[in-house]
Amino acid sequence: MTKHTLSVLVENKPGVLARVSGLFSRRSFNIDSLAVGETEHPEISRITIVVNADESPLEQVTKQLNKLVNVLKIVELDPVQSVQRELVLVKVRADRAIRSQVLETVDLFRARVIDVAADTLTIEATGTSDKLDALLRDLEPYGIKEMVQSGMVAIGRGSRSITTGPALRAA
Amino acid sequence: MTRPTPETIAHRIHATPATVAAQAAHGNHAERAQQSTERHQADRPAPAAQPAPAKITGAQSLVKSLESLGVEVAFGIPGGAILPAYDPIYDSSVRHILVRHEQGAGHAATGYAQATGKVGVCIATSGPGATNLVTPIADAYMDSVPVVAITGQVPRPSIGTDAFQEADIQGITLPITKHNFLVQTAEEIPQVLAEAFHLASTGRPGPVLVDVPKDILQAQTTFSWPPTLDLPGYRPTMHPHGKQIREAARLMSGAKRPVLYVGGGVLKAGATEGLRKLAELTNIPVVTTLMARGAFPDSHPQHLGMPGMHGSVAAVYALQKSDLLVCLGARFDDRVTGKLDSFAPDAAVVHADIDPAEIGKNRAADVPIVGDARYVIDELIGAITAEQAAGRTGDRTAWWAQLDDLRQRYPLGYDEPSDGTLAPQYVIERIGKIAGPDAIYCAGVGQHQMWASQFISYEKPHTWLNSGGAGTMGYAVPAAMGAKVGMPGTTVWAIDGDGCFQMTNQELATCALEGIPIKVAVINNGNLGMVRQWQTLFYGERYSNTDLGTHKHRIPDFVKLAEALGCIGLRCETKEDVDKTIEAAMAINDAPVVIDFVVGKDAMVWPMVAAGTSNDEIMFARGVRPAFDEDEL
Repeated sequence: MTKHTLSVLVENKPGVLARVSGLFSRRSFNIDSLAVGETEHPEISRITIVVNADESPLEQVTKQLNKLVNVLKIVELDPVQSVQRELVLVKVRADRAIRSQVLETVDLFRARVIDVAADTLTIEATGTSDKLDALLRDLEPYGIKEMVQSGMVAIGRGSRSITTGPALRAA
Repeated sequence: MTRPTPETIAHRIHATPATVAAQAAHGNHAERAQQSTERHQADRPAPAAQPAPAKITGAQSLVKSLESLGVEVAFGIPGGAILPAYDPIYDSSVRHILVRHEQGAGHAATGYAQATGKVGVCIATSGPGATNLVTPIADAYMDSVPVVAITGQVPRPSIGTDAFQEADIQGITLPITKHNFLVQTAEEIPQVLAEAFHLASTGRPGPVLVDVPKDILQAQTTFSWPPTLDLPGYRPTMHPHGKQIREAARLMSGAKRPVLYVGGGVLKAGATEGLRKLAELTNIPVVTTLMARGAFPDSHPQHLGMPGMHGSVAAVYALQKSDLLVCLGARFDDRVTGKLDSFAPDAAVVHADIDPAEIGKNRAADVPIVGDARYVIDELIGAITAEQAAGRTGDRTAWWAQLDDLRQRYPLGYDEPSDGTLAPQYVIERIGKIAGPDAIYCAGVGQHQMWASQFISYEKPHTWLNSGGAGTMGYAVPAAMGAKVGMPGTTVWAIDGDGCFQMTNQELATCALEGIPIKVAVINNGNLGMVRQWQTLFYGERYSNTDLGTHKHRIPDFVKLAEALGCIGLRCETKEDVDKTIEAAMAINDAPVVIDFVVGKDAMVWPMVAAGTSNDEIMFARGVRPAFDEDEL
């Protein structure tokens, strides 16, 4: 099984996310990560789904997704030909004794401190899941008190856009 | 605006005269003339000034939309949330048939749609009314039947509060509808209904549910027709790819042991004439699945019968030994393939379906073709004619010799019961002979369904209705009711089992009161027959919970039950009486008739491929495996 990133353009209407996610569970697929948001066309939303699947079941689930009336277009993003990013917010123990070490790690990963308390720092970082995993591994020894992670979003490299084309109505 | 597709256009053409007709039935003449002029100008620039349309309620808009869509009949039951809609229905041109259970409304809409090819409509209230539609909606989804279900919903401010008779029917039916809507404003009612009908009836047909909150039905709105469809994500592919068609034609011309594996899609596409031409042009044997009985005449010499679990030996064998399956509008269902990895091991596969997700779902296709069966078949005929003109015609002599030999050695048949009871197969065979190929036959689920698919000769499309994919017991009576409403001049027989019949027979009251004279043959073996057959074969004859007592105690007495429901009740217990009882039922045209055929309980459906085994393990009768001469291949 390999990881696949699907960009699903859908009509921005109530219940569409339930239709998409319901279809995955119904066809017994596990979603690794899911992120939804508006596109440059307010009537179109973009769902980025990461799944771990073999080629043939992935093709089946893609075809089933395409049958959903509210789904406009599905594009599988090639990991090399696209940029992927996730966001993590992590609250890490950092009293005076170790604060400078923690800040060093933050700098190393080009992360940012977004909140400071007497004994903790809250750090924001974006990157690929590999980079974020590495950051979290480095922060682990100091003591992670709380963490929240977004789903992955991805966009193709180059000037081409997937939100134009005959499948989408003129916005 | 949706890109116009052939069906969008057909849909509009269909809708337009119906609108005129519906409006001609009632309403003010001047207004009617004005509206019909507007309609013809729909594609031209809008006139500078239009009179403000009159205010009507959401409920009136709903009913006017149904009229404008050409709906002749709707099956339903009113209740609190849908009540506002029932007021305009009271004097609408849409005939509303008051059923006794919402499940009956759903199956009646399905039977109507399957018999006529039009969209079937059912209506229910919120909560339990809507959830009672779940089974028929799931049934229509599995068999790709165009049905629109309209449900009332609690008023918008109450949604999500566990209000009285609230159910999230949109959520509940997500996985069993082609699409569903929760209407958000009264203004969008005409558009949503037009979209629902378009979705239900085009591409791969299927059920669509429209849930309408009560406050929207009561709100003031305006009505204009036709609305603009806004379905940017819905673009069914109708026309197949020329390259794939040529490749399929090349394989078909070269194959030594090809088979046309025909499914319900061919009936839905109205492609049966084309299928016959294609079959005769190529001399390829034809098998028709349970959903496709009637798509190719049973009397045709190229027809091998039905494949699958209870298919004919020749049809099952032909698929197994084939070197090329040409699958048209079928979906490699597990009941056809048996154990999938040993199904037709040597066959290349040409798979044509309007739904791309069916292609490669169960069996990989060598030549995938996405398109409407009518266009696929027409274009295949063209491409094969070209192949033949170039001198490429397959030699099928050896293949036909094998198949003819099998057909002769293993015909469909049955033994007379040794205990002197009436053979159920005989009863069904005689109904088919006496009612003939013009009648519509509608079956429940189980042994009687299989016998009805085997022992009645289907010569014409849309004469065989059954619950194929879902296997819904209780389908027959309400579906027959719907079919009879759609085809009032046609004799409609429900062939039902005593188990199935007890699930939905209350609709006979509807039939009696609404003047829907269907004929019901209850093949009463006193048991849940198919389950009992499995207990006989696989559970050491331990008959756990399959005896219904309809023999032992005659509870219920089906003759008395029929009479209580306003029908004529007849009973037949001997072979000698079979013909005259059927003829008596055929002579009654002013009331529904129920015949209690008391038949033996030990008859079994043969041939049989046991669940989970390979088609190669087909049993011709208990303990009898057909002798296939492997050397011939």
